[in-house]
Amino acid sequence: MIEISNLEKSFDGNQVLKGISCTLETGKCNLLLGGSGTGKSVLLSCIVGLMKPDLGSITFDGTVYTNSKVDIRQEIRRKIGMLFQGSALFDSMTVAKNVEFPLQMLTPDMTEEERRDRVEFCLKRVGLENAGNKMPSEISGGMKKRVGIARAIAPNCTYLFCDEPNSGLDPATSIKIDELIYEITHEYNITTAIITHDMNSVVGIGDHIIFLHQGKKLWDGNKEHILNAEVPELREFIFSSSLVRAAKRVEQEDGPQGLENLAAEPLSEV
Amino acid sequence: MFKTFGSFVLFLYNMVARAERLKVLWTRFFEEATLIGVNSIFIVGIVSAFIGAVTCIQIAYNLTNPLIPKSTIGYMVREMTILELAPTITSIVLAGKVGSSIAGGLGTMRITEQISALEVMGINSTSYLVLPRILAAMLMFPLLVILSMALSILGGYLAGTLSGVMAPQDYIEGIRTDFIPYNILFALIKAVVFAFLVSGISAYKGYYTEGGALEVGAASTAAVTNSIIAILLADYVLAAVLL
Repeated sequence: MIEISNLEKSFDGNQVLKGISCTLETGKCNLLLGGSGTGKSVLLSCIVGLMKPDLGSITFDGTVYTNSKVDIRQEIRRKIGMLFQGSALFDSMTVAKNVEFPLQMLTPDMTEEERRDRVEFCLKRVGLENAGNKMPSEISGGMKKRVGIARAIAPNCTYLFCDEPNSGLDPATSIKIDELIYEITHEYNITTAIITHDMNSVVGIGDHIIFLHQGKKLWDGNKEHILNAEVPELREFIFSSSLVRAAKRVEQEDGPQGLENLAAEPLSEV
Repeated sequence: MFKTFGSFVLFLYNMVARAERLKVLWTRFFEEATLIGVNSIFIVGIVSAFIGAVTCIQIAYNLTNPLIPKSTIGYMVREMTILELAPTITSIVLAGKVGSSIAGGLGTMRITEQISALEVMGINSTSYLVLPRILAAMLMFPLLVILSMALSILGGYLAGTLSGVMAPQDYIEGIRTDFIPYNILFALIKAVVFAFLVSGISAYKGYYTEGGALEVGAASTAAVTNSIIAILLADYVLAAVLL
């Protein structure tokens, strides 16, 4: 569990995080939801240690991370896996070498054979068992995200952070990536935090959703309750989607049966 | 300017304060030594041979007094090559080739979040990425300078003798006259200092790149420009202090 308390961060007098307090729960997909420029990425950067908050504290399973000694921070960082928005694969290494890299660096006691087995296992887990010898430039965006996930889980991470894992992907691939992250989170009982503004992710994998608006946390809850939330900014965010508005129109015109009929139609006719 | 210098010193301090394991650094060191050294042999060889040849021809053109022996041409080619041309021109050439490569490589890693990925893993990115580059440069620059000295003097010999400006024995006599071994040491000290400046400045410029592809190009250009200025300043200081 990660506890964030009263976190503040400013850039040149512009306060981006305004005293955010929240908890990222273990064994759940914690979604950091919000529009562009609401401070999601800055919050994530503060949590993983890429930025230093001006005020507030972050605690990883009881260990305070902010302002602690370098050794403690390093120890926590070694338990962190992260999937970057652009995947951030090392482009001079093959897919397999990318996945092996954190093992080489973080677990020097592992034998070469153990490392190879672990790489094979991780690549198989994300469905890329045949792509090990390819270079990052030779694989698709969706595959890069999968490699990023494999690299993140390779050293048995306790905390998994994903920065917009769906960006640049088609809806079908996005759902597959979401499902993969969801399965891994529940399978290994890790604490996962995902930055998103994709409503598909919210209704698909939102075990715990934290809604940010203008640097403040306005709401948190789960996917079952989000549609009934009484926060105007959240409602505006959710119902700004053209798809949601179209569905709402169909429901108003034809009732619940209309929506069911719409969902039953082949995609090409929608 | 003082802020930048302070930031550069901190950058170097972070590189060694939490250095990665020796085994990792050793492997990275050899990778970088190959990229910096072996891949630069061709350009250093071509530049050195032609500079030696041109130096020889131009000295011969200026030495018209019949009282000055022809062997003076060989002597002057050797002195100019060892004291100045080999270490300084080679380092300037390498600032263009190696410096831009270091800055461009690190800049691209920065904007594609590869450096952030290392940091999140708990790896000291400056130690992993920069330290091996600086150490490799400090080893390979002097070796390339030695190669440059040999090829430059050889270039002078070929240009002088094949064009009929002087006899081979005159050139050989010239390059053996009043040889001071300390000059070689001086040139190698210069090469090590220049290597540190080129690799350190270029790595700093690349590591702190912000923005996109345009900024990576700008960082490479700034790395080369600043490295060359630093080389010329250091060249003067070293000459004043060590000669």
